[in-house]
Amino acid sequence: MLNITCGESNVACLANETVLDALLKANIPIPYGCRQGVCQSCLMRSLDVTPPVAAQIGIKDTLQKQNYFLACCCHPEQDMTVSLPDQQDTWFEASVIQKQQLSPEIIRLTLQYNAELSFFAGQFVNLQRLDGLTRSYSIANSSRHEKILEFHIRRLPNGQFSSWAHDELQPGTTLTLTEARGSCHYLPGRAQQPLLLIGTGSGLAPLYGIIHDALAQGHAGSIHLYHGSRNSEGLYLIDEMQELAKQYANFNYTASVSGACATETGFAQGRAHELALNAVQSLKGWRVYLCGHPEMVNQSKRMAYIKGASLGDIYADAFLTLPH
Amino acid sequence: MSETLETTNLTLFEQLGGAAAVDAAVDIFYRKVLADYRINRFFDNVDMEKQAAKQKAFLTMAFGGPHNYTGEDMRKGHERLVKMGLDDSHFDAVMEHLEATLQELNVPGALIAQVAAIAESTRTDVLGR
Ligand SMILES: Cc1cc2nc3c(=O)[nH]c(=O)nc-3n(C[C@H](O)[C@H](O)[C@H](O)COP(=O)(O)OP(=O)(O)OC[C@H]3O[C@@H](n4cnc5c(N)ncnc54)[C@H](O)[C@@H]3O)c2cc1C
Ligand code: HEM
Repeated sequence: MLNITCGESNVACLANETVLDALLKANIPIPYGCRQGVCQSCLMRSLDVTPPVAAQIGIKDTLQKQNYFLACCCHPEQDMTVSLPDQQDTWFEASVIQKQQLSPEIIRLTLQYNAELSFFAGQFVNLQRLDGLTRSYSIANSSRHEKILEFHIRRLPNGQFSSWAHDELQPGTTLTLTEARGSCHYLPGRAQQPLLLIGTGSGLAPLYGIIHDALAQGHAGSIHLYHGSRNSEGLYLIDEMQELAKQYANFNYTASVSGACATETGFAQGRAHELALNAVQSLKGWRVYLCGHPEMVNQSKRMAYIKGASLGDIYADAFLTLPH
Repeated sequence: MSETLETTNLTLFEQLGGAAAVDAAVDIFYRKVLADYRINRFFDNVDMEKQAAKQKAFLTMAFGGPHNYTGEDMRKGHERLVKMGLDDSHFDAVMEHLEATLQELNVPGALIAQVAAIAESTRTDVLGR
Protein backbone atom coordinates (compact mmCIF):
# COMPACT_ATOMS: atom_id res chain seq x y z
CA MET A 1 0.00 0.00 0.00
CA LEU A 2 1.38 3.37 -1.03
CA ASN A 3 0.81 6.87 0.22
CA ILE A 4 -0.54 9.70 -1.95
CA THR A 5 -0.22 13.22 -0.60
CA CYS A 6 -2.49 15.85 -2.12
CA GLY A 7 -2.58 19.23 -0.40
CA GLU A 8 -3.28 18.57 3.26
CA SER A 9 -4.55 15.03 2.69
CA ASN A 10 -2.75 11.73 2.95
CA VAL A 11 -4.49 8.94 1.11
CA ALA A 12 -3.76 5.22 0.93
CA CYS A 13 -3.55 3.77 -2.57
CA LEU A 14 -4.25 0.02 -2.70
CA ALA A 15 -2.44 -2.31 -5.05
CA ASN A 16 -4.99 -2.30 -7.87
CA GLU A 17 -6.05 1.32 -7.49
CA THR A 18 -5.14 4.34 -9.55
CA VAL A 19 -4.29 7.70 -8.04
CA LEU A 20 -7.71 8.86 -9.26
CA ASP A 21 -9.50 5.97 -7.48
CA ALA A 22 -7.64 6.67 -4.26
CA LEU A 23 -8.33 10.41 -4.26
CA LEU A 24 -11.99 10.07 -5.19
CA LYS A 25 -12.46 7.43 -2.50
CA ALA A 26 -11.16 9.97 0.01
CA ASN A 27 -13.69 12.51 -1.29
CA ILE A 28 -11.05 14.74 -2.81
CA PRO A 29 -12.72 16.32 -5.81
CA ILE A 30 -10.65 15.57 -8.91
CA PRO A 31 -12.21 16.28 -12.29
CA TYR A 32 -12.40 13.18 -14.46
CA GLY A 33 -14.20 11.87 -17.51
CA CYS A 34 -13.41 8.73 -19.50
CA ARG A 35 -11.19 7.10 -16.84
CA GLN A 36 -8.98 5.60 -19.53
CA GLY A 37 -6.54 8.23 -20.60
CA VAL A 38 -8.40 9.70 -23.53
CA CYS A 39 -10.06 12.88 -22.30
CA GLN A 40 -7.25 14.15 -20.04
CA SER A 41 -9.73 15.73 -17.61
CA CYS A 42 -7.83 14.28 -14.67
CA LEU A 43 -4.48 15.86 -15.54
CA MET A 44 -2.40 16.22 -12.38
CA ARG A 45 1.21 16.95 -11.55
CA SER A 46 3.64 15.00 -9.44
CA LEU A 47 5.56 17.30 -7.15
CA ASP A 48 8.26 14.79 -6.26
CA VAL A 49 8.78 11.55 -8.17
CA THR A 50 8.63 10.92 -11.91
CA PRO A 51 5.20 9.46 -12.72
CA PRO A 52 4.92 5.94 -14.21
CA VAL A 53 5.33 5.89 -18.00
CA ALA A 54 1.82 4.55 -18.55
CA ALA A 55 0.36 7.57 -16.79
CA GLN A 56 1.99 10.00 -19.23
CA ILE A 57 0.94 8.46 -22.54
CA GLY A 58 -0.73 10.96 -24.83
CA ILE A 59 0.11 14.14 -22.95
CA LYS A 60 2.29 16.84 -24.44
CA ASP A 61 6.00 16.12 -24.12
CA THR A 62 6.66 19.46 -22.46
CA LEU A 63 4.09 18.60 -19.81
CA GLN A 64 5.56 15.11 -19.41
CA LYS A 65 8.88 16.68 -18.65
CA GLN A 66 7.23 18.71 -15.90
CA ASN A 67 5.87 15.50 -14.35
CA TYR A 68 2.27 15.99 -15.38
CA PHE A 69 0.31 12.75 -15.58
CA LEU A 70 -3.18 11.33 -15.93
CA ALA A 71 -4.53 10.27 -12.54
CA CYS A 72 -6.84 7.64 -14.06
CA CYS A 73 -3.89 5.78 -15.63
CA CYS A 74 -1.52 6.16 -12.72
CA HIS A 75 -0.81 3.02 -10.73
CA PRO A 76 1.83 4.51 -8.46
CA GLU A 77 5.16 2.71 -8.09
CA GLN A 78 6.17 4.63 -4.98
CA ASP A 79 4.71 7.24 -2.63
CA MET A 80 3.73 10.41 -4.51
CA THR A 81 2.94 14.02 -3.72
CA VAL A 82 0.49 15.33 -6.29
CA SER A 83 -1.54 18.41 -7.08
CA LEU A 84 -4.02 19.62 -9.64
CA PRO A 85 -2.44 21.83 -12.31
CA ASP A 86 -1.74 25.36 -11.06
CA GLN A 87 -2.86 24.61 -7.56
CA GLN A 88 0.63 24.72 -6.13
CA ASP A 89 1.08 28.45 -6.42
CA THR A 90 4.19 29.62 -4.70
CA TRP A 91 5.29 33.20 -5.15
CA PHE A 92 8.80 34.52 -4.97
CA GLU A 93 10.46 37.91 -5.22
CA ALA A 94 12.73 39.32 -7.86
CA SER A 95 14.17 42.76 -8.32
CA VAL A 96 14.56 44.76 -11.48
CA ILE A 97 18.23 45.15 -12.28
CA GLN A 98 17.98 46.60 -15.77
CA LYS A 99 15.48 48.33 -18.01
CA GLN A 100 16.33 48.92 -21.63
CA GLN A 101 14.39 50.44 -24.53
CA LEU A 102 14.47 47.95 -27.43
CA SER A 103 12.15 49.88 -29.73
CA PRO A 104 9.76 52.80 -29.25
CA GLU A 105 7.12 50.28 -28.12
CA ILE A 106 9.13 47.64 -26.33
CA ILE A 107 11.34 47.48 -23.24
CA ARG A 108 13.51 44.70 -21.94
CA LEU A 109 13.27 44.12 -18.19
CA THR A 110 15.92 42.07 -16.48
CA LEU A 111 15.12 40.71 -13.05
CA GLN A 112 17.31 38.97 -10.51
CA TYR A 113 15.96 36.39 -8.05
CA ASN A 114 17.28 34.24 -5.23
CA ALA A 115 14.67 31.49 -5.06
CA GLU A 116 15.13 27.99 -6.44
CA LEU A 117 13.33 28.25 -9.75
CA SER A 118 13.27 25.84 -12.63
CA PHE A 119 12.02 27.06 -15.98
CA PHE A 120 12.45 26.78 -19.71
CA ALA A 121 12.88 29.81 -21.95
CA GLY A 122 9.51 30.52 -23.53
CA GLN A 123 7.44 29.65 -20.48
CA PHE A 124 5.69 32.52 -18.76
CA VAL A 125 5.37 33.80 -15.22
CA ASN A 126 2.84 36.10 -13.62
CA LEU A 127 4.42 39.37 -12.52
CA GLN A 128 2.73 41.14 -9.64
CA ARG A 129 3.10 44.77 -8.67
CA LEU A 130 3.05 45.81 -5.00
CA ASP A 131 -0.64 46.76 -5.18
CA GLY A 132 -1.56 43.34 -6.56
CA LEU A 133 -1.91 44.17 -10.29
CA THR A 134 -0.83 40.96 -12.06
CA ARG A 135 -0.02 40.18 -15.70
CA SER A 136 1.65 37.29 -17.54
CA TYR A 137 4.97 37.76 -19.33
CA SER A 138 7.11 35.28 -21.24
CA ILE A 139 10.67 34.43 -20.31
CA ALA A 140 13.11 35.45 -23.05
CA ASN A 141 16.31 33.97 -21.61
CA SER A 142 17.41 30.42 -21.00
CA SER A 143 17.89 29.05 -17.51
CA ARG A 144 21.62 28.70 -18.05
CA HIS A 145 21.91 32.37 -17.09
CA GLU A 146 22.44 32.61 -13.37
CA LYS A 147 19.30 33.61 -11.45
CA ILE A 148 18.16 36.08 -14.04
CA LEU A 149 14.89 36.48 -15.91
CA GLU A 150 14.46 38.59 -19.02
CA PHE A 151 11.12 39.92 -20.29
CA HIS A 152 10.10 42.00 -23.31
CA ILE A 153 7.13 44.19 -22.52
CA ARG A 154 5.19 45.99 -25.18
CA ARG A 155 3.36 49.20 -24.34
CA LEU A 156 -0.36 48.89 -24.96
CA PRO A 157 -2.29 52.15 -25.18
CA ASN A 158 -3.68 52.77 -21.69
CA GLY A 159 -2.53 49.32 -20.60
CA GLN A 160 -2.21 49.42 -16.83
CA PHE A 161 0.78 47.16 -16.27
CA SER A 162 2.65 47.82 -19.49
CA SER A 163 2.33 51.63 -19.25
CA TRP A 164 3.50 51.49 -15.67
CA ALA A 165 6.44 49.27 -16.62
CA HIS A 166 7.41 51.66 -19.42
CA ASP A 167 6.87 54.97 -17.61
CA GLU A 168 7.43 54.42 -13.91
CA LEU A 169 9.09 51.14 -13.04
CA GLN A 170 12.70 51.74 -11.99
CA PRO A 171 15.66 49.43 -11.42
CA GLY A 172 15.72 48.40 -7.77
CA THR A 173 11.96 47.77 -7.62
CA THR A 174 10.89 44.40 -6.27
CA LEU A 175 8.16 42.41 -8.03
CA THR A 176 6.44 39.21 -6.95
CA LEU A 177 6.42 36.29 -9.41
CA THR A 178 4.74 32.93 -9.76
CA GLU A 179 6.71 29.94 -10.89
CA ALA A 180 7.09 29.36 -14.62
CA ARG A 181 4.15 27.88 -16.49
CA GLY A 182 3.09 26.89 -19.94
CA SER A 183 4.30 24.37 -22.46
CA CYS A 184 5.62 26.72 -25.15
CA HIS A 185 9.34 25.94 -24.94
CA TYR A 186 12.13 23.95 -26.58
CA LEU A 187 12.78 20.33 -25.73
CA PRO A 188 15.88 18.49 -26.94
CA GLY A 189 15.55 15.29 -28.92
CA ARG A 190 14.48 15.20 -32.57
CA ALA A 191 17.36 17.56 -33.30
CA GLN A 192 16.86 17.24 -37.09
CA GLN A 193 13.28 18.48 -37.00
CA PRO A 194 12.72 21.75 -38.84
CA LEU A 195 11.36 24.52 -36.60
CA LEU A 196 9.00 27.29 -37.66
CA LEU A 197 8.60 30.18 -35.22
CA ILE A 198 6.13 32.98 -35.81
CA GLY A 199 5.75 35.95 -33.49
CA THR A 200 4.11 39.35 -33.55
CA GLY A 201 5.25 42.30 -31.43
CA SER A 202 6.61 41.19 -28.06
CA GLY A 203 5.73 37.65 -29.14
CA LEU A 204 9.41 37.59 -30.06
CA ALA A 205 10.23 37.26 -26.34
CA PRO A 206 9.51 33.54 -25.92
CA LEU A 207 10.76 32.78 -29.44
CA TYR A 208 14.03 34.56 -28.74
CA GLY A 209 14.50 32.33 -25.72
CA ILE A 210 13.46 29.18 -27.55
CA ILE A 211 15.84 29.87 -30.45
CA HIS A 212 18.80 30.45 -28.15
CA ASP A 213 17.93 27.31 -26.24
CA ALA A 214 17.65 25.27 -29.43
CA LEU A 215 20.95 26.55 -30.84
CA ALA A 216 22.76 26.05 -27.54
CA GLN A 217 21.52 22.46 -27.42
CA GLY A 218 22.78 21.81 -30.91
CA HIS A 219 19.53 21.76 -32.83
CA ALA A 220 20.58 20.66 -36.31
CA GLY A 221 17.36 21.06 -38.33
CA SER A 222 16.59 24.35 -39.99
CA ILE A 223 15.09 27.09 -37.80
CA HIS A 224 12.87 29.71 -39.41
CA LEU A 225 11.90 32.80 -37.46
CA TYR A 226 9.24 35.19 -38.77
CA HIS A 227 8.80 38.30 -36.66
CA GLY A 228 6.10 40.73 -37.66
CA SER A 229 4.38 43.88 -36.58
CA ARG A 230 2.05 46.43 -38.09
CA ASN A 231 4.81 49.02 -38.27
CA SER A 232 8.53 49.04 -37.67
CA GLU A 233 8.08 50.37 -34.11
CA GLY A 234 6.98 46.89 -33.07
CA LEU A 235 10.11 45.19 -34.41
CA TYR A 236 13.24 44.94 -32.30
CA LEU A 237 16.52 43.06 -31.81
CA ILE A 238 16.79 43.17 -35.58
CA ASP A 239 20.58 43.51 -35.74
CA GLU A 240 21.04 40.78 -33.21
CA MET A 241 18.81 38.38 -35.13
CA GLN A 242 20.59 39.16 -38.40
CA GLU A 243 23.90 38.56 -36.68
CA LEU A 244 22.63 35.22 -35.36
CA ALA A 245 21.55 34.24 -38.88
CA LYS A 246 25.10 34.91 -40.08
CA GLN A 247 26.56 32.88 -37.27
CA TYR A 248 24.30 29.82 -37.65
CA ALA A 249 23.74 28.48 -41.15
CA ASN A 250 20.55 26.69 -40.09
CA PHE A 251 18.92 29.83 -38.64
CA ASN A 252 16.82 32.03 -40.93
CA TYR A 253 15.25 35.32 -39.98
CA THR A 254 12.51 37.32 -41.67
CA ALA A 255 11.20 40.56 -40.20
CA SER A 256 8.04 41.96 -41.73
CA VAL A 257 5.63 44.85 -41.41
CA SER A 258 2.02 44.59 -42.49
CA GLY A 259 1.12 48.30 -42.42
CA ALA A 260 0.92 50.47 -45.52
CA CYS A 261 4.31 52.15 -45.27
CA ALA A 262 6.28 48.92 -45.39
CA THR A 263 8.07 49.63 -48.63
CA GLU A 264 10.24 52.38 -47.15
CA THR A 265 11.43 50.35 -44.21
CA GLY A 266 13.40 47.63 -45.93
CA PHE A 267 11.44 44.89 -44.16
CA ALA A 268 9.38 42.25 -45.89
CA GLN A 269 5.84 43.36 -46.63
CA GLY A 270 2.96 41.36 -45.20
CA ARG A 271 1.70 39.56 -42.16
CA ALA A 272 4.33 37.36 -40.56
CA HIS A 273 2.16 34.25 -40.40
CA GLU A 274 0.99 34.55 -43.99
CA LEU A 275 4.54 35.00 -45.24
CA ALA A 276 5.69 32.07 -43.14
CA LEU A 277 2.94 29.68 -44.07
CA ASN A 278 3.08 30.53 -47.76
CA ALA A 279 6.78 29.84 -47.80
CA VAL A 280 6.42 26.13 -47.03
CA GLN A 281 4.67 23.43 -49.02
CA SER A 282 4.04 21.08 -46.14
CA LEU A 283 4.62 21.25 -42.40
CA LYS A 284 4.47 17.51 -41.94
CA GLY A 285 7.11 16.62 -39.36
CA TRP A 286 7.77 20.24 -38.39
CA ARG A 287 7.65 21.75 -34.95
CA VAL A 288 5.81 25.07 -34.85
CA TYR A 289 5.90 27.85 -32.25
CA LEU A 290 3.34 30.66 -32.33
CA CYS A 291 3.41 33.62 -29.95
CA GLY A 292 1.78 37.00 -29.72
CA HIS A 293 -1.48 38.39 -31.04
CA PRO A 294 -4.27 35.92 -30.16
CA GLU A 295 -5.93 36.13 -33.55
CA MET A 296 -2.65 35.50 -35.34
CA VAL A 297 -1.95 32.57 -33.03
CA ASN A 298 -5.32 30.95 -33.60
CA GLN A 299 -5.34 31.41 -37.35
CA SER A 300 -1.80 30.14 -37.67
CA LYS A 301 -2.49 27.12 -35.51
CA ARG A 302 -5.24 26.08 -37.82
CA MET A 303 -3.28 26.81 -40.98
CA ALA A 304 -0.19 25.01 -39.67
CA TYR A 305 -2.30 22.03 -38.73
CA ILE A 306 -4.01 21.85 -42.10
CA LYS A 307 -0.57 22.10 -43.71
CA GLY A 308 0.38 18.88 -41.95
CA ALA A 309 1.89 19.79 -38.58
CA SER A 310 0.49 17.51 -35.89
CA LEU A 311 -1.28 19.21 -32.98
CA GLY A 312 1.25 17.82 -30.53
CA ASP A 313 4.00 19.62 -32.44
CA ILE A 314 2.32 23.02 -32.33
CA TYR A 315 3.27 25.10 -29.30
CA ALA A 316 1.46 28.38 -28.83
CA ASP A 317 1.08 31.24 -26.42
CA ALA A 318 -1.65 33.70 -27.30
CA PHE A 319 -0.91 36.96 -25.50
CA LEU A 320 -4.46 37.34 -24.30
CA THR A 321 -5.26 40.56 -22.55
CA LEU A 322 -7.81 40.56 -19.77
CA PRO A 323 -11.41 41.09 -20.86
CA HIS A 324 -12.81 44.53 -20.00
CA MET B 1 -6.51 -12.02 -40.45
CA SER B 2 -10.27 -11.88 -40.98
CA GLU B 3 -10.60 -15.23 -39.25
CA THR B 4 -8.88 -14.04 -36.09
CA LEU B 5 -11.11 -10.98 -36.21
CA GLU B 6 -14.27 -13.00 -36.37
CA THR B 7 -13.38 -15.36 -33.59
CA THR B 8 -12.02 -12.78 -31.19
CA ASN B 9 -13.64 -11.84 -27.88
CA LEU B 10 -12.23 -8.36 -28.09
CA THR B 11 -14.61 -5.43 -28.36
CA LEU B 12 -14.60 -3.31 -31.48
CA PHE B 13 -12.78 -0.58 -29.53
CA GLU B 14 -10.07 -3.03 -28.46
CA GLN B 15 -9.71 -4.47 -31.95
CA LEU B 16 -9.15 -0.99 -33.32
CA GLY B 17 -6.41 -0.42 -30.75
CA GLY B 18 -8.24 1.53 -28.04
CA ALA B 19 -7.15 4.96 -26.90
CA ALA B 20 -3.94 4.79 -28.98
CA ALA B 21 -5.99 4.28 -32.13
CA VAL B 22 -8.13 7.28 -31.26
CA ASP B 23 -4.95 9.33 -30.91
CA ALA B 24 -3.67 8.20 -34.29
CA ALA B 25 -7.00 8.78 -35.99
CA VAL B 26 -7.84 12.17 -34.52
CA ASP B 27 -4.91 13.88 -36.18
CA ILE B 28 -5.81 12.64 -39.63
CA PHE B 29 -9.55 13.00 -39.23
CA TYR B 30 -9.61 16.50 -37.80
CA ARG B 31 -7.24 17.76 -40.50
CA LYS B 32 -9.55 16.42 -43.18
CA VAL B 33 -12.54 18.08 -41.55
CA LEU B 34 -10.85 21.46 -41.15
CA ALA B 35 -9.57 21.45 -44.72
CA ASP B 36 -13.02 20.65 -46.17
CA TYR B 37 -14.68 23.88 -47.31
CA ARG B 38 -18.11 22.17 -47.27
CA ILE B 39 -18.09 21.85 -43.49
CA ASN B 40 -15.24 23.81 -41.92
CA ARG B 41 -17.38 26.86 -41.18
CA PHE B 42 -19.01 24.84 -38.39
CA PHE B 43 -15.62 24.66 -36.72
CA ASP B 44 -14.79 28.36 -36.87
CA ASN B 45 -14.27 30.20 -33.61
CA VAL B 46 -13.57 27.15 -31.54
CA ASP B 47 -10.39 26.53 -29.61
CA MET B 48 -8.38 23.87 -31.47
CA GLU B 49 -7.24 21.93 -28.41
CA LYS B 50 -10.75 21.78 -27.02
CA GLN B 51 -12.08 20.88 -30.42
CA ALA B 52 -9.49 18.14 -30.80
CA ALA B 53 -10.62 16.78 -27.44
CA LYS B 54 -14.19 16.76 -28.73
CA GLN B 55 -13.05 15.03 -31.89
CA LYS B 56 -11.52 12.39 -29.66
CA ALA B 57 -14.84 12.03 -27.89
CA PHE B 58 -16.47 11.68 -31.29
CA LEU B 59 -14.01 9.00 -32.43
CA THR B 60 -14.12 7.11 -29.14
CA MET B 61 -17.87 6.93 -29.50
CA ALA B 62 -17.75 5.87 -33.15
CA PHE B 63 -15.09 3.26 -32.32
CA GLY B 64 -17.47 1.67 -29.84
CA GLY B 65 -15.41 2.86 -26.88
CA PRO B 66 -16.70 3.89 -23.47
CA HIS B 67 -18.52 7.22 -23.38
CA ASN B 68 -21.33 8.89 -21.49
CA TYR B 69 -23.18 10.56 -24.35
CA THR B 70 -26.88 9.94 -24.76
CA GLY B 71 -28.89 10.67 -27.88
CA GLU B 72 -30.18 13.72 -26.06
CA ASP B 73 -26.60 14.95 -25.53
CA MET B 74 -25.94 14.57 -29.27
CA ARG B 75 -29.05 16.62 -29.99
CA LYS B 76 -28.07 19.37 -27.58
CA GLY B 77 -24.43 19.31 -28.67
CA HIS B 78 -25.29 19.95 -32.31
CA GLU B 79 -28.35 22.17 -31.81
CA ARG B 80 -26.30 25.31 -32.42
CA LEU B 81 -25.00 23.80 -35.66
CA VAL B 82 -28.44 22.76 -36.87
CA LYS B 83 -29.45 26.41 -36.47
CA MET B 84 -26.46 27.27 -38.67
CA GLY B 85 -27.83 24.95 -41.34
CA LEU B 86 -26.33 21.54 -40.53
CA ASP B 87 -27.96 18.94 -42.78
CA ASP B 88 -27.51 15.49 -44.36
CA SER B 89 -24.89 16.71 -46.82
CA HIS B 90 -22.64 17.81 -43.93
CA PHE B 91 -23.27 14.60 -42.08
CA ASP B 92 -22.32 12.64 -45.21
CA ALA B 93 -19.12 14.65 -45.52
CA VAL B 94 -18.13 13.74 -41.96
CA MET B 95 -18.89 10.08 -42.64
CA GLU B 96 -16.70 10.28 -45.73
CA HIS B 97 -13.77 11.64 -43.71
CA LEU B 98 -14.27 9.07 -40.99
CA GLU B 99 -14.08 6.18 -43.44
CA ALA B 100 -11.15 7.69 -45.36
CA THR B 101 -9.26 8.15 -42.08
CA LEU B 102 -9.66 4.51 -41.16
CA GLN B 103 -8.63 3.41 -44.64
CA GLU B 104 -5.49 5.53 -44.33
CA LEU B 105 -4.73 3.71 -41.09
CA ASN B 106 -5.18 0.35 -42.84
CA VAL B 107 -8.10 -0.71 -40.69
CA PRO B 108 -9.79 -3.81 -42.18
CA GLY B 109 -12.99 -3.11 -44.10
CA ALA B 110 -15.15 -5.17 -41.76
CA LEU B 111 -14.18 -2.98 -38.82
CA ILE B 112 -14.66 0.21 -40.83
CA ALA B 113 -18.19 -0.93 -41.59
CA GLN B 114 -18.91 -1.38 -37.88
CA VAL B 115 -17.58 2.09 -37.07
CA ALA B 116 -19.64 3.61 -39.88
CA ALA B 117 -22.76 1.89 -38.57
CA ILE B 118 -22.27 3.33 -35.09
CA ALA B 119 -21.74 6.84 -36.48
CA GLU B 120 -24.69 6.46 -38.83
CA SER B 121 -26.94 5.53 -35.90
CA THR B 122 -26.54 9.05 -34.48
CA ARG B 123 -27.78 10.80 -37.65
CA THR B 124 -31.28 11.72 -36.48
CA ASP B 125 -30.01 12.99 -33.13
CA VAL B 126 -27.11 14.98 -34.59
CA LEU B 127 -29.41 16.56 -37.19
CA GLY B 128 -32.09 17.19 -34.57
CA ARG B 129 -34.90 15.31 -36.27
C1 LIG C 1 0.71 33.48 -21.65
C2 LIG C 1 0.90 34.97 -21.87
C3 LIG C 1 2.16 35.47 -22.11
C4 LIG C 1 2.35 36.84 -22.33
N1 LIG C 1 3.61 37.29 -22.59
C5 LIG C 1 3.81 38.61 -22.86
C6 LIG C 1 5.13 39.12 -23.17
O1 LIG C 1 6.14 38.40 -23.18
N2 LIG C 1 5.25 40.44 -23.46
C7 LIG C 1 4.17 41.30 -23.47
O2 LIG C 1 4.35 42.49 -23.76
N3 LIG C 1 2.93 40.84 -23.17
C8 LIG C 1 2.71 39.53 -22.85
N4 LIG C 1 1.44 39.09 -22.54
C9 LIG C 1 0.34 40.06 -22.42
C10 LIG C 1 0.37 40.67 -21.00
O3 LIG C 1 0.05 39.67 -20.05
C11 LIG C 1 -0.65 41.79 -20.78
O4 LIG C 1 -1.93 41.36 -21.13
C12 LIG C 1 -0.33 43.03 -21.57
O5 LIG C 1 0.96 43.51 -21.22
C13 LIG C 1 -1.37 44.11 -21.30
O6 LIG C 1 -1.44 44.40 -19.93
P1 LIG C 1 -1.76 45.88 -19.43
O7 LIG C 1 -2.00 45.85 -17.97
O8 LIG C 1 -0.71 46.81 -19.91
O9 LIG C 1 -3.08 46.25 -20.21
P2 LIG C 1 -4.57 46.18 -19.62
O10 LIG C 1 -4.76 47.27 -18.64
O11 LIG C 1 -4.87 44.81 -19.19
O12 LIG C 1 -5.37 46.53 -20.95
C14 LIG C 1 -5.22 45.73 -22.14
C15 LIG C 1 -5.71 46.52 -23.34
O13 LIG C 1 -7.07 46.82 -23.20
C16 LIG C 1 -7.28 48.22 -23.31
N5 LIG C 1 -8.27 48.65 -22.30
C17 LIG C 1 -8.05 48.91 -21.00
N6 LIG C 1 -9.19 49.28 -20.39
C18 LIG C 1 -10.15 49.24 -21.33
C19 LIG C 1 -11.55 49.50 -21.32
N7 LIG C 1 -12.19 49.88 -20.21
N8 LIG C 1 -12.21 49.35 -22.48
C20 LIG C 1 -11.60 48.99 -23.60
N9 LIG C 1 -10.28 48.72 -23.66
C21 LIG C 1 -9.57 48.85 -22.55
C22 LIG C 1 -5.95 48.86 -23.03
O14 LIG C 1 -5.84 50.09 -23.74
C23 LIG C 1 -5.00 47.84 -23.54
O15 LIG C 1 -4.77 48.03 -24.92
C24 LIG C 1 1.25 37.72 -22.31
C25 LIG C 1 -0.02 37.21 -22.04
C26 LIG C 1 -0.21 35.86 -21.82
C27 LIG C 1 -1.59 35.36 -21.53
C1 HEM D 1 -21.31 11.43 -37.43
C2 HEM D 1 -21.97 11.60 -36.30
C3 HEM D 1 -21.49 12.56 -35.24
C4 HEM D 1 -21.16 12.21 -33.98
C5 HEM D 1 -21.21 10.83 -33.34
C6 HEM D 1 -20.69 13.42 -33.32
C7 HEM D 1 -20.24 13.46 -32.02
C8 HEM D 1 -19.86 14.60 -31.35
C9 HEM D 1 -19.41 14.64 -30.00
C10 HEM D 1 -19.30 13.44 -29.05
C11 HEM D 1 -19.15 15.94 -29.69
C12 HEM D 1 -18.65 16.49 -28.37
C13 HEM D 1 -19.78 17.01 -27.57
C14 HEM D 1 -19.26 17.66 -26.31
O1 HEM D 1 -18.62 16.98 -25.50
O2 HEM D 1 -19.49 18.86 -26.17
C15 HEM D 1 -19.40 16.71 -30.90
C16 HEM D 1 -19.21 18.08 -31.01
C17 HEM D 1 -19.23 18.76 -32.20
N1 HEM D 1 -19.59 18.26 -33.44
FE1 HEM D 1 -20.23 16.39 -33.81
N2 HEM D 1 -20.74 14.47 -34.20
C18 HEM D 1 -21.23 14.00 -35.39
C19 HEM D 1 -21.45 14.73 -36.56
C20 HEM D 1 -21.07 16.06 -36.73
C21 HEM D 1 -21.20 16.81 -37.97
C22 HEM D 1 -21.80 16.26 -39.26
C23 HEM D 1 -20.70 18.06 -37.72
C24 HEM D 1 -20.52 19.25 -38.63
C25 HEM D 1 -20.18 19.17 -39.89
C26 HEM D 1 -20.26 18.09 -36.34
C27 HEM D 1 -19.70 19.17 -35.71
C28 HEM D 1 -19.45 19.25 -34.37
C29 HEM D 1 -18.95 20.46 -33.72
C30 HEM D 1 -18.63 21.80 -34.38
C31 HEM D 1 -18.86 20.15 -32.36
C32 HEM D 1 -18.41 21.10 -31.23
C33 HEM D 1 -19.64 21.81 -30.74
C34 HEM D 1 -19.32 22.94 -29.79
O3 HEM D 1 -18.24 22.95 -29.21
O4 HEM D 1 -20.19 23.81 -29.65
N3 HEM D 1 -20.52 16.87 -35.77
N4 HEM D 1 -19.83 15.87 -31.89
